[in-house]
Amino acid sequence: MEKLRQTMLFIPGNNPGMVQNGVVFDSDSVIFDLEDAVSLKEKDTARILLKHALVNIDYGSVEVVVRINALDSDLLNEDLEAIVKPQLDTILVPKINTADDIKQVDEILTKIEKENDIESPIKLIALVETALGVENAFSIAASSERMTAILFGGEDFTADIRTERTDRGEEIDYARSRIVVGCRAAGIDAIDTPYSDINNLDGLAKDAKRAKRLGFEGKSLISPKQINIVNKIFSPTEEEVNWAKRVVRAIERAEKEGKGVISLDGKMIDAPIVNRAKRIINIAAKKEGVL
Amino acid sequence: MKLIKSSQAGSLESNDVLVLVKPENDNTGIKLEIDSIVINQFGDRIKEIVEQKLAAMKIENAYIKIKDKGALDCTIEARIEAAIKRAQ
Repeated sequence: MEKLRQTMLFIPGNNPGMVQNGVVFDSDSVIFDLEDAVSLKEKDTARILLKHALVNIDYGSVEVVVRINALDSDLLNEDLEAIVKPQLDTILVPKINTADDIKQVDEILTKIEKENDIESPIKLIALVETALGVENAFSIAASSERMTAILFGGEDFTADIRTERTDRGEEIDYARSRIVVGCRAAGIDAIDTPYSDINNLDGLAKDAKRAKRLGFEGKSLISPKQINIVNKIFSPTEEEVNWAKRVVRAIERAEKEGKGVISLDGKMIDAPIVNRAKRIINIAAKKEGVL
Repeated sequence: MKLIKSSQAGSLESNDVLVLVKPENDNTGIKLEIDSIVINQFGDRIKEIVEQKLAAMKIENAYIKIKDKGALDCTIEARIEAAIKRAQ
């Protein structure tokens, strides 16, 4: 069973204090960053730091993700050689524009896994942050068995389509929806772009609510103080969980009684409603650690 | 393995360690200086990590200075490895 990815926290890959505390922030995933958060002259030290952290620090049930450098950077191979370890769950690959980009990474990864006797395949998340990447969302999502999510990079995307990020976020609505639909069609998670103003928690809440309404499973974060708000927004409320349980009970009762048409509170319950109820119960159970 | 130039890796941030490395002539051995905020509690352990890592990387002659700000063992090891690689 895939774990929840409601909160995915970016952590600079060359900051030992934050890397060692990755487990205490209480996000679903930590993304140790070798790309934008690390200057070119410190790529080597960050890579070596993460190599040692991955095998020595126990991150428990937190998903451990590393964002490597892009395919066109000449750094990707060295990044993978250092960080491909059995303790690594997932690799986030930036600037993915096409399915072929993922296939290239997949091939390199397969070779390194074989050389290192890693039996459980490391998963991939594509960071889609260009117009071309957004247009190819479905084919990227379906490009490899390793693909487990697309993470949307709103800042780079906005620059690519020659506009600016706003608090309302209308300039990224189309891209967000296109990514959600592509991911859903391929059966993988869609993770929303970070909210970059770390001091504006009201703005963050509005942005996260919008992402949830559009269908994202969760959101990437750039500060630990964003975790609680986003976690709360993406988790089902007690009211939603109670409703979902009543729907499932009504279905079970109707099946026992051999009824074809089911209603609850005077409203007909059809397959999409049942699926939504089951999904809510599933998320709630994962939050409680039942699944 | 021989060092050919001076180098450093790490920082003086909390939980990090700054490792400075200089080449030494053959048969000089390892000259080690440790400065740590936890020298009384972990000085011996830091020395042990440095010696093990240098042996593993086959470094026999070097001057190493460690300025530790409460780094974990794996951070110390990582910064030594990075400094040595930069010095080669």
